[in-house]
Amino acid sequence: MLSLHSISKDYRTGAFGGATMTAVRDVSFDVGVGEVVSLIGESGSGKSTIGRMILRLASVTRGKVTFDGADISAYRGPALKEYYRDVQGVFQDPFSCYNPVFRADRVFAMIKEEYFPRVPREEWAEKIEAAVEAVRLNPGEVLGKYPHQLSGGQLQRLLIARALLLDIKLLVADEITSMLDASTRIDVLNLLADLKARGLGVLFITHDLSLGNYVSERTIVLRRGSIVEMGPTNLVFGNPLHPYTIKLLDSVPRLHEKWDVDAERPAEPAWAVEPLVEAEPGHFVAGYAA
Amino acid sequence: MALRVSDLTVHYRTLRGAVKALDGVTFEVGDGEILGLAGESGSGKSTLGKSLIRMDGRMRHVGGTVELDGKELPIGDDGAMNRFRYKEVSLIPQYAMSALNPTRKIGKMVADLLDSHGVRYKSVEEELGRRLDLVELPAEVLGKYPIELSGGMKQRMVMVISTLLDPSLLIADEVTSALDVSTQKAVATTLAGFRNRGFVKSMIFITHDISLTHQIADTIMVMYAGKLAEKAPADTVVRAPRHPYTKALINSLPEVGVQYAERKLAGIPGSPPSLLNPPAGCRFRDRCPLAFDKCGEQPPAVEVAPGHLVACCKA
Ligand SMILES: Nc1ncnc2c1ncn2[C@@H]1O[C@H](COP(=O)(O)OP(=O)(O)OP(=O)(O)O)[C@@H](O)[C@H]1O
Ligand SMILES: Nc1ncnc2c1ncn2[C@@H]1O[C@H](COP(=O)(O)OP(=O)(O)O)[C@@H](O)[C@H]1O
Ligand code: SF4
Ligand SMILES: [Mg+2]
Ligand SMILES: [Mg+2]
Repeated sequence: MLSLHSISKDYRTGAFGGATMTAVRDVSFDVGVGEVVSLIGESGSGKSTIGRMILRLASVTRGKVTFDGADISAYRGPALKEYYRDVQGVFQDPFSCYNPVFRADRVFAMIKEEYFPRVPREEWAEKIEAAVEAVRLNPGEVLGKYPHQLSGGQLQRLLIARALLLDIKLLVADEITSMLDASTRIDVLNLLADLKARGLGVLFITHDLSLGNYVSERTIVLRRGSIVEMGPTNLVFGNPLHPYTIKLLDSVPRLHEKWDVDAERPAEPAWAVEPLVEAEPGHFVAGYAA
Repeated sequence: MALRVSDLTVHYRTLRGAVKALDGVTFEVGDGEILGLAGESGSGKSTLGKSLIRMDGRMRHVGGTVELDGKELPIGDDGAMNRFRYKEVSLIPQYAMSALNPTRKIGKMVADLLDSHGVRYKSVEEELGRRLDLVELPAEVLGKYPIELSGGMKQRMVMVISTLLDPSLLIADEVTSALDVSTQKAVATTLAGFRNRGFVKSMIFITHDISLTHQIADTIMVMYAGKLAEKAPADTVVRAPRHPYTKALINSLPEVGVQYAERKLAGIPGSPPSLLNPPAGCRFRDRCPLAFDKCGEQPPAVEVAPGHLVACCKA
């Protein structure tokens, strides 16, 4: 459904824009129908930049992004609007998407004006209720409320409901749980997994490895703009092969294991741009030598 | 006992009335102990941390006492607290990294801070160098502006500054929340190292991440809606929690290796009560699967085993 064909992004830096900085380098992967793919990497590794390129919020410097076979860079006006009917994004900070002086459900009205101007009122109200129920909120409890009367988890789920009103095929979810408490975070994750069962594809961007591990069947590990390891989640997490992935996994705090706080800190694995090698079926590792 | 907090009650003044953010909290932290303070957003963790060092303008000390190394802290008296701040009790506030003054070089900032507490920079310069070395920061950072440091470097700098005068108690509020896993581990283990080397006698490590707290804390205290829910040795909280809230919280944590397809985790339905007019009785009652008539009365914290406190009438 979604394919990235060796995409790169250069940002201009320096006082006069003379220098460039490569934020994303030769990244290729696919997201299929009803598939949750997690994109993992530390802050600044280029995760959001990739999400923004897929959402056409940032241009692609080299390479191309295709959706159902068509290059998305050509879309303008109505064609772009149609693209957004299929592909939507939800971001880290749910609070910033709401205007505090309006009721929270105003975010739905904006979708109606843009995409469904002719749908009758009652039918629209039913659609909203269905979408709100799909994200497992109680319409009576959340509709008509102001943003400050709702929790972060509720606001985040309303944004997902808004995306669902369009009956999208792909959701780009960028750090959507990082502002939520543990007890609400799991609800949002379970929701993504349920929506996947209805055929929704999700690109789940996170720096939290345990969350990525919980929801996705495929995992991509990004470091400084390049993919270092990718494959089925159980292989990437169960048999990590790149030193960087191994270090990340080793740093994840686990409930039933304790760190040795006095241990030597491991050195940062060396960094080089290396080609991906298939180490076992479907499991790709940068610079892998058996 | 390094720190003894008894029945501490702190409210925020708002237009709509008093927000009862801390309601009769009692606990102790021993010499050399790291207490992990956990609980969901709004449960009162930062309020507790701030109360022990500086109340902001809208906070009101309603009742209770705080004793540090046998001396009572005048927490309600802003002026009288000055003697204790930084030297005896030091706080790394939530979002400390972004609060660093961007227009001032780091070395200058340290000098200003020491100066405002009547300490000469020269008298601690050598020790400062040793500690920077210990956290693997080059001495040159002192000549840099905050923006020139990465998140992890800034956080290590903040830790060195706040413990430079060897305070008895350090309160670290969400110091790792904005960091990546590998930086998070480095920062948390460094804090534990500070305790091991005696730079601080005891520590309150605030975070909503129980898997992380458990790595460095000796004891964990879980708060819910302004009250203590459970406090026990860290391993006990993780392996054998007794309070229904703690149990639900632990069960909602995805761990590496746990996948949705094999084991679906559950959240905690509902949300915490408003602290403007909290309901009588147990504050977890609306969300508690075990709630019964008796929960209409506030359950006291009971010591169910040595060092294990639980505020639940079913425990
Ligand atoms: N300045 C303030 N005025 C009014 N109420 C406040 C103020 N600061 C905090 N509160 C309220 O006090 C309660 C406890 O807040 P506190 O900041 O201590 O929570 P916390 O446990 O640190 O949460 P978090 O995990 O989000 O940092 C909350 O109900 C909050 O809304
Ligand atoms: N608009 C921009 N202009 C210049 N540099 C940017 C811009 N957006 C992001 N970057 C840089 O690109 C890199 C990748 O950033 P980002 O995609 O936001 O990473 P992540 O989401 O993985 O944290 C970082 O070094 C960041 O500073
Ligand atoms: S006191 Fe009652 S409502 Fe509160 S946690 Fe215990 S059983 Fe649940
Ligand atoms: Mg990002
Ligand atoms: Mg806080």
